[in-house]
Amino acid sequence: MKDAAKSNALHFGVLATLLVLFFVLPPYHAGNLSRIMVLAIYAMGFNLVFGYTGLLSLGHAMFFAAGMYGFGLTANLAGWPVVPAFATGIVCAAALAAVVAALALRTAGVSFMIVTLMFAQTAYLVVLYFGEYTRGDEGFVVQKAARMIGEIDLTTDTARFFAAYILFAICFLGLARVIQSRFGRTLVAIRENEERTRMLGYDAQRHKLYAMILSGAVSGVAGAAYAMLFGYVGATFASVQYSIFPLLWVLLGGAGTTIGPLIGVLFMFYLIDFSSSFTNAYMLIAGVALVLLTLFAPHGLAGLVRRKVFAWLP
Amino acid sequence: MAAMNILETRGLTKTYAGLKANTDINFVLARGKVTALIGPNGAGKSTFVGMVSGRTPATSGKVFFEGRDISALPAHKRIQLGLAYTFQITSIFPGLTLHENVALAARRILGGDPAKTDAKVRYVLERVGIDDRADQIAGDLSYGHQRLLEIAMGLAQEPKIFILDEPTQGLAESEVQDFIKLIRDLAGETTILLIEHNMKVVMAAADHITVLDQGMVLANGTPGEIHANPAVQAAYLGTADA
Repeated sequence: MKDAAKSNALHFGVLATLLVLFFVLPPYHAGNLSRIMVLAIYAMGFNLVFGYTGLLSLGHAMFFAAGMYGFGLTANLAGWPVVPAFATGIVCAAALAAVVAALALRTAGVSFMIVTLMFAQTAYLVVLYFGEYTRGDEGFVVQKAARMIGEIDLTTDTARFFAAYILFAICFLGLARVIQSRFGRTLVAIRENEERTRMLGYDAQRHKLYAMILSGAVSGVAGAAYAMLFGYVGATFASVQYSIFPLLWVLLGGAGTTIGPLIGVLFMFYLIDFSSSFTNAYMLIAGVALVLLTLFAPHGLAGLVRRKVFAWLP
Repeated sequence: MAAMNILETRGLTKTYAGLKANTDINFVLARGKVTALIGPNGAGKSTFVGMVSGRTPATSGKVFFEGRDISALPAHKRIQLGLAYTFQITSIFPGLTLHENVALAARRILGGDPAKTDAKVRYVLERVGIDDRADQIAGDLSYGHQRLLEIAMGLAQEPKIFILDEPTQGLAESEVQDFIKLIRDLAGETTILLIEHNMKVVMAAADHITVLDQGMVLANGTPGEIHANPAVQAAYLGTADA
């Protein structure tokens, strides 16, 4: 029970810190926070299957993109208002995850990685194929009307921050709860020893399917939020690069920890931001940092803290 | 008949690419008793319990649990009906604490109630004698303690049938004595199917013995009867006049 109280304190502490940061940081960095939180939602969705369930998907960009296009296309082409368009984005991502998972979960390990990768490539090509509507690589700008909730204009810094903040808080606290639940504990058991979990009477296959659907839905929230808050929808977000990013963030921050995804995104964002200010070869610096971290903190930053200091870290 | 025997198999057969691992096994497990399944290496004991628990699909034949045909059920559904299985090669969650290992087993039957789960975990860990290690990481335990943890995970499920696949393998002599005592303690509460190599354990713990040899049932009887059975002696010792 004490550990549960500590993790609650941690989660609310993180949320309070983010709020304070927005008001004390210079505008440039305060603005970055919105983007970091949206990408952290994506990383948290990925972490549910990778960090907690032990499934390495290399195709999560398709769920991010499903959320993004589900929102962007209904908003722009059908002129839907924000809320139904956003909901459509989430439903699209969850439905795609359900279909892909039902097929991909028939495989495991390396095959699972390849099957998810192939599905994501297909999704990417579908986006290009329907270029007439999606504008392909070039993408499109989300209409101003779809970036207003009633009187609130989401293109302003403050509104954007609070929209991102609320979505982040819901996903962050919601997923922390899921992890503590019986369902979440069973996912960890599957990661640790799937055969044993099955032989304790759990339907491992069904648990993995539900984890994928939830993960897809959360990734869809991130995709839709990205389009809504930053006003752009493009095929790049469906590309393989965007399937690899969440893996990097989660590995860096700490797979299988609730705060790892946020830490990973924050770290990577500022690493690139900082190194690109004095060199063009900023990806080289990012690469070296990644290599060093994998060598010296193979469980990520939060994983390192859990091993060395706070064993209770959720 | 149905009231007496909690589990029955009829004509259970497993063929691996033409090789018969189990042939036409008719087996009954008496409720509330300790039944040992013995036989020389390669006799098909693990294949048999694999088919009973659902880990290994049977080539043909049927399995009845409390009179119900469970042949078509996947392993996790059979476990949900009240079968618990401990692995021959220790299979625990090495990265989790002992408490969480047992809690995972208990939670399925107790639902989400943390207090109830906690009480159950403490009770079974105490019963197998490793309650002082509840917060240790399971992977750090000695082999003997990991085996005890497996048994605790089985007990936490309150099984109707508890299948123990070579539970004393790799245990020290003193641990084996404690194990025999534990099995005798459990005998009144649940039905135990014990797959065992160590004849001393079998003779001391079992009420009934079934002997498998070359994938077939060779003999059935009390420990005394089996001990005196010339066919069994032949299978184990390889004498010619079997």
